[in-house]
Amino acid sequence: MYKYDTYDQQMVDTRVAEFRDQTRRRLSGELSEDQFKPLRLMNGLYLQLHAYMLRVAVPYGTLNGEQMRMLARIADKYDRGYGHFTTRQNIQYNWIKLEDAPDILADLATVEMHAIQTSGNCIRNISSDHFAGAAADEVTDPRPYAELLRQWSSFHPEFSYLPRKFKIAVIASDTDRAAMRLHDIGIQIVTNDAGELGCAFYIGGGMGRTPMVAPLIRDFVPLDEMVTYCEAALRVYNRHGRRDNKYKARIKILVHEMGKDEYARQVEEEFAHLKGEGIEPPLAELDRIREYFADPAFKSDLPDDIDRSDPDFALWADRNTVAHKAPGYVAAVISLKPVGGIPGDASTAQMQVMADLATRYSFDECRVTHTQNIVLPHVEKGQLYELFKELDAAGLATPNLDQIGDIIACPGLDYCSLANARSIPLAQKIATRFAENGKGDTLGELKLKISGCINACGHHHAGHIGILGVDRKGTENYQLLLGGSEAADTSLAKITGPGFDEDGIVDAIETTTDVYLAQREDGERFLDTYRRIGMTPFKEALYG
Amino acid sequence: MVEQTQMESEGRGPDAGNVLRLREDEGTAEPAVTVEAFAGQTNASAVRIEPGEDARELIPHIGRIARVEVNFPAFGDGRGYSAARILREAGYDGEMRAVGDVLVDQIAYMRRCGFDAFEPDAPFNPGDAEAALNRWNDVYQKTVDGRTPIWALRHGRKDGAVDG
Repeated sequence: MYKYDTYDQQMVDTRVAEFRDQTRRRLSGELSEDQFKPLRLMNGLYLQLHAYMLRVAVPYGTLNGEQMRMLARIADKYDRGYGHFTTRQNIQYNWIKLEDAPDILADLATVEMHAIQTSGNCIRNISSDHFAGAAADEVTDPRPYAELLRQWSSFHPEFSYLPRKFKIAVIASDTDRAAMRLHDIGIQIVTNDAGELGCAFYIGGGMGRTPMVAPLIRDFVPLDEMVTYCEAALRVYNRHGRRDNKYKARIKILVHEMGKDEYARQVEEEFAHLKGEGIEPPLAELDRIREYFADPAFKSDLPDDIDRSDPDFALWADRNTVAHKAPGYVAAVISLKPVGGIPGDASTAQMQVMADLATRYSFDECRVTHTQNIVLPHVEKGQLYELFKELDAAGLATPNLDQIGDIIACPGLDYCSLANARSIPLAQKIATRFAENGKGDTLGELKLKISGCINACGHHHAGHIGILGVDRKGTENYQLLLGGSEAADTSLAKITGPGFDEDGIVDAIETTTDVYLAQREDGERFLDTYRRIGMTPFKEALYG
Repeated sequence: MVEQTQMESEGRGPDAGNVLRLREDEGTAEPAVTVEAFAGQTNASAVRIEPGEDARELIPHIGRIARVEVNFPAFGDGRGYSAARILREAGYDGEMRAVGDVLVDQIAYMRRCGFDAFEPDAPFNPGDAEAALNRWNDVYQKTVDGRTPIWALRHGRKDGAVDG
């Protein structure tokens, strides 16, 4: 894992001091709320329905045990004993007092963490593959590149008042586990014919009210020009992105309206100019960062099999572990989706347990996934049963990874000032329904995603089944979407037809899955069946 | 090290009043004309860029510009940061003044993009301005302000660096 040097530490400490001063001026009335707003947002502090919400950055989703313990401590000391892991691999706290915020940032800085640019119209936390460094299919660990971009984008003087927020993801395998093409910039580290590493740039993706899959803008940028190319891509956006309408201000609209070829041409022109400005860190800097991401000391000659005599364990191991590049190891996924629970929430005690388990079973490392779960990336197969027993005791062994109960849900109207409808109670009802009727276990992989408004924080466009909460004449109404995917075969879900009320949508999900169960052929996932038979049979069952 | 900034809230030029200038020269008293007018007025030496305008149109005329004003009608519109940096990258070394809805918490980044004068609608508290300009000992990016980025310090490179 990356470790701060004195420069990194000083930057974060300076930011804490700056925000403490800004908060003081706000509390004394020197700054108006309008003036303070962009400043607090760039430090992750939102004003929500009931309180301030603080979003803490987890760069590329990687945490060590000490950092996870600090997240637990903050939940305990400043919040109500829990935190919510988000679809951008971050964590947010929902009940924060403004006057505490500088102290929280100071506490975070002691473990090399921060809330810098987790909100606001700036470059947000860089996300990545949650199996980075463990996956067998990656060409390299993508996180050093994400860390280089974290430093480049932090306190960027030119790009802190962009038309709109800006999200970057970096992956390094053909299997996309980070919804890379649904980002403003998606970078895939690839190898060219000469065997050299470089970056493929996909620009102009996003969800929100106008979902778009990012087109490929440049297929290969050499590693020692990555930052310069990013700078060029952002400059064209900062200058020409729309500022007349916040709903048309994301880069996806610019790329769409300008056309990807014209956008690419303008970026090339800016890129050619900026290459003469000497703004690219040397490759030695990338090498320095890379050293921190060297493999941990994997043991060799470990047994490669698992004792499956406990059926509960066998089920969990089948569903919640993923193959590892090193023989004798797996990546284990801790589901934060217990039946009837709030997706992505973890209590102080659970965070402490996860921190402890990361330290003892996974080389002191864990990851936050964009599906709101936690990964222990490097677990010995021989220790998996022990790990399972400890997770089970803490209520953290729900065997439902990528099943219908593994729901992504935004905070919705229970917390969020933008929401039109509640997401959390709906997720709870759906998970409970499918647990009680036993159908959940028969469905296989089925990614269900719920957003409480059109801004799509719950990624409903990318759900095999998506649900969008809307406001219909003052009552909450839910639209149903089918056929989305965030994986390498990225597709956007399509709406089935008229929406449903809260109970109606739960019934509609069951009707939809019944159509799948009746029609599926051998080995087909829900998404495969939908792609084969199309929308019509589902519509007939839902509305016929 | 960060260069010490001079607080000249009265301004050195004739724009007395609400101007913070970080330059030693006298500046020009001439009122700024629009970008469109500037190209046709060969005796004009001060020009004002509005957010939607292309700073690169001024590049052929850089030699005769003494002051560029970049207007910020709303503090959240960041196009002016790119405008300033583009002109500095093109070699412009005259006064670069941010005018309009300019907030004290923005001036450190503006300085990094090449601004060296500020004319905010609402005056800065001088103590806050000084604190803002001197807060960051180091920087992550190389821009046009001559500061050595952290990556260069780490690898013992001083290219582009100017000792303050």
